[in-house]
Amino acid sequence: MAKSLLFPEFKIERDAERCISCQVCVRQCANEVHSYDPEDDTVYSAEEHCVGCQRCVTLCPTGALEIRKREIGFRPNANWDVASIRNLYKQAETGGVLLTGMGCDKPYPIYWDHLLLNASQVTNPSIDPLREPIEIRTFLGKKEPFLEVAWSEEFAGLKTRLAPQLELSIPVLFSAMSYGSISYNAFRSLVEAAKEIGTFCNSGEGGLHPGFYPLGDWIIVQVASGRFGVTPEYLEVAAAVEIKIGQGAKPGIGGHLPGEKVSPEISRTRRIPVGSDAISPAPHHDIYSIEDLERLVFALKEATRYEKPISVKIAAVHNVAAIASGAVRAGADIVAIDGIRGGTGAAPQVIRDNVGIPIELALAQVDERLRKEGIRHRASIVIAGGIRSSSDVVKAIALGADAVYIGTSALLALGCHLCQKCYTGKCNWGIATQDPYLTKRLNPQMGKRRLVNLLRAWSLEIKEILGGMGINAIESLRGNREQLRAVGLTKEEAQVLGVKMAGEGW
Amino acid sequence: MREKVRIPSGCAVAGILHQDGRRVSGEVIIRSMEVMHERSNGLGGGFAGYGIYPQFAELYAFHVLYDDLSARSEVEELLQKDFTIEQEESIPIWENSTITDHPFFFRYFLYPKRTRDNEEDVVVRLVMTINAMIEGAYVVSSGKNMGVFKGVGYPEDIGRFFRIEEYEGYCWIAHGRFPTNSVGWWGGAHPFNLLQFSVVHNGELSSYGVNRRYLENFGYLCTLQTDTEVIAYLVDLLLRRHRVDPSFLGAILAGPFWSQIEEMNEPQKSFYRALRITYGGALLNGPFSIIVGFEGGMFGLVDRIKLRPMVAGWSGDTFYLASEESAIRAIAPSLDVVKALHAGEVMIGRLKEGICHGQEFAFPRV
Repeated sequence: MAKSLLFPEFKIERDAERCISCQVCVRQCANEVHSYDPEDDTVYSAEEHCVGCQRCVTLCPTGALEIRKREIGFRPNANWDVASIRNLYKQAETGGVLLTGMGCDKPYPIYWDHLLLNASQVTNPSIDPLREPIEIRTFLGKKEPFLEVAWSEEFAGLKTRLAPQLELSIPVLFSAMSYGSISYNAFRSLVEAAKEIGTFCNSGEGGLHPGFYPLGDWIIVQVASGRFGVTPEYLEVAAAVEIKIGQGAKPGIGGHLPGEKVSPEISRTRRIPVGSDAISPAPHHDIYSIEDLERLVFALKEATRYEKPISVKIAAVHNVAAIASGAVRAGADIVAIDGIRGGTGAAPQVIRDNVGIPIELALAQVDERLRKEGIRHRASIVIAGGIRSSSDVVKAIALGADAVYIGTSALLALGCHLCQKCYTGKCNWGIATQDPYLTKRLNPQMGKRRLVNLLRAWSLEIKEILGGMGINAIESLRGNREQLRAVGLTKEEAQVLGVKMAGEGW
Repeated sequence: MREKVRIPSGCAVAGILHQDGRRVSGEVIIRSMEVMHERSNGLGGGFAGYGIYPQFAELYAFHVLYDDLSARSEVEELLQKDFTIEQEESIPIWENSTITDHPFFFRYFLYPKRTRDNEEDVVVRLVMTINAMIEGAYVVSSGKNMGVFKGVGYPEDIGRFFRIEEYEGYCWIAHGRFPTNSVGWWGGAHPFNLLQFSVVHNGELSSYGVNRRYLENFGYLCTLQTDTEVIAYLVDLLLRRHRVDPSFLGAILAGPFWSQIEEMNEPQKSFYRALRITYGGALLNGPFSIIVGFEGGMFGLVDRIKLRPMVAGWSGDTFYLASEESAIRAIAPSLDVVKALHAGEVMIGRLKEGICHGQEFAFPRV
């Protein structure tokens, strides 16, 4: 075979003075970049296999390794950037669809970074979260427009029965990541953390391993186009059920878990034979219209005796506001919207990087549309896709979200270094892999601790920000776009977001 | 003259209710407000009197402010669509040197033509339409047997300007403004009124954006961009349309903390939980003390962590509320009971009833 034209993406620099040939790097790299030659007692590196995950760099006891992005010496060309050339070579060699993992990495505008928050001064005192309670408890589910009550002096009798609610101690949930796309240990870290914090973890579309049934109170289970693992028990143990219509990283297309990944444990979870491919079709084959969605929503409500909120997850696409409105009218108690920066275990790169819209714009439009139609209270909005920090959470809520899903942020907390190779199953951090040699690198107790720490830190920061605004309950921030101002945006962008420009007063 | 800007403010509020139904001159409430002169800055004052139009007790009394009279015919045309104008007149004023550059004031006594819609909803829609659509006209009050008198000036000067000492009411509430970032305009002064509900407010709402959007869901248009406006509409929504008992209004507008709800017993616990889940958009956040006048009563309410003052007092059959005790003592030197309102506490007085309290949710400070 002719030598590949693909050039290594990373340059590995090994400091010979520091390297003690301990071979940690050799053992840590599932991509087999490093190899030890006992004859000359030297560790060699095959750069072309390196994905830049930094596992060896992090674990090298003497700090002998440095891995850097390689500057390729092509003649500069504004049209032909290095990534495009590389992709073209790769397709010329393989003839296939290029796969990738995690969220879109293109430099589309990140609107969170163009929104600034408000704070109180003089006329409206700020509140010190160390002295006064600041509440961030959140409820997801349909809200009644009003309550029917038999009022009396001492006690008022409530006649309205509230729709089922998910109660969260922080408006952040863990996004849908299936056991299959991530390891058992990674999933266990997420569920245990959700339980300790008082929030929820989403099963993803791969079913639920029976080992997690006892933790069902903190799990939202998904019903996706492949219907993997959907059994009466699965619906029974869960706190809520989510119908997955779309995903931000790959709107409009299905999924494929290769048969070689379907181990006996995955087989038990997905309810398919060991070694068989798990194909999720692009559409649900029983949903070809909004009426069909309504039927599935109510089928699931019937199956769960109207005791659990039903969520509908859609990708943020151009007409997202009308689609969300349809989902609400079809009976969804929660609408989850996943933006273009939403992550994935595997997706065609061309889809991930080019289809869909930023979640900020989608959220602003959906919230606006539901309010205009007077149905905003009938469903909670949970958004996903690129939430990086507590300030992103606060801005999302001020734009109109009830809560946010985090996927990538949670994986980063578990040690992910964003190499985008989740689809290879060779995750050196033990997260996006089923290889027992790799998965044992992630200790679920330590993983849980890191996730709990992350959300604890965010909740403290959210309270600081709220206190600064003089707000002591998160519901007074929800959709409060007066607390946001745009900077560095065009008038049209600010208009779509429904916020005033920085410098404008009330 | 009308500026569409939101005006946060620090202020003085006061209210008097004769629970025996006895009607007194507005002079009393002016004297109470005079004491708190320093809490205002001359950019707004106003009064609402209840029981002041006994001869037209069954008719809607519309107080309308005109920047210029060209809007008058348009307004009257709108009024006549759904109502018959029983009487119209300009509101008597006392021209003096303290108040200058004032708009024109008219009042209309209206009785509704027969419609299929709820009569009060028709009034609400009409008020919203005039305030939002007709340039230079503004409905100051729209209740029965009551009226609002307000404008730019110190409250005592505004009171005398409108000659409120010549009216007799069983309940008076009043406001003096200290707006912090605007010259203020006549319609932007307090009280804010819709139907029978009048609100005077000391504070600023951080939750304004949320409350406004919540109210839009129920067809209320917040055109004045003042935070107090949303309180008036919330009161109308909750008390009139959702039929909430006023003594539970604090549980919605200044809802108890979750930690307090956790400590309750059933069925209270589920009830307060349901209130907070359902009425999150109606929660008022930020500092406030408000007095709300309604047909047959008055109540005071302070915010969840008591960032603004409010004192209640009782003397015989009379119930007083004010920002400062001195304002009550000025007109009732010997009181039977004096009490500072706790955080989230509702203090209500109703005609023909003795002292009544709402719930109380004082949160212990760290």
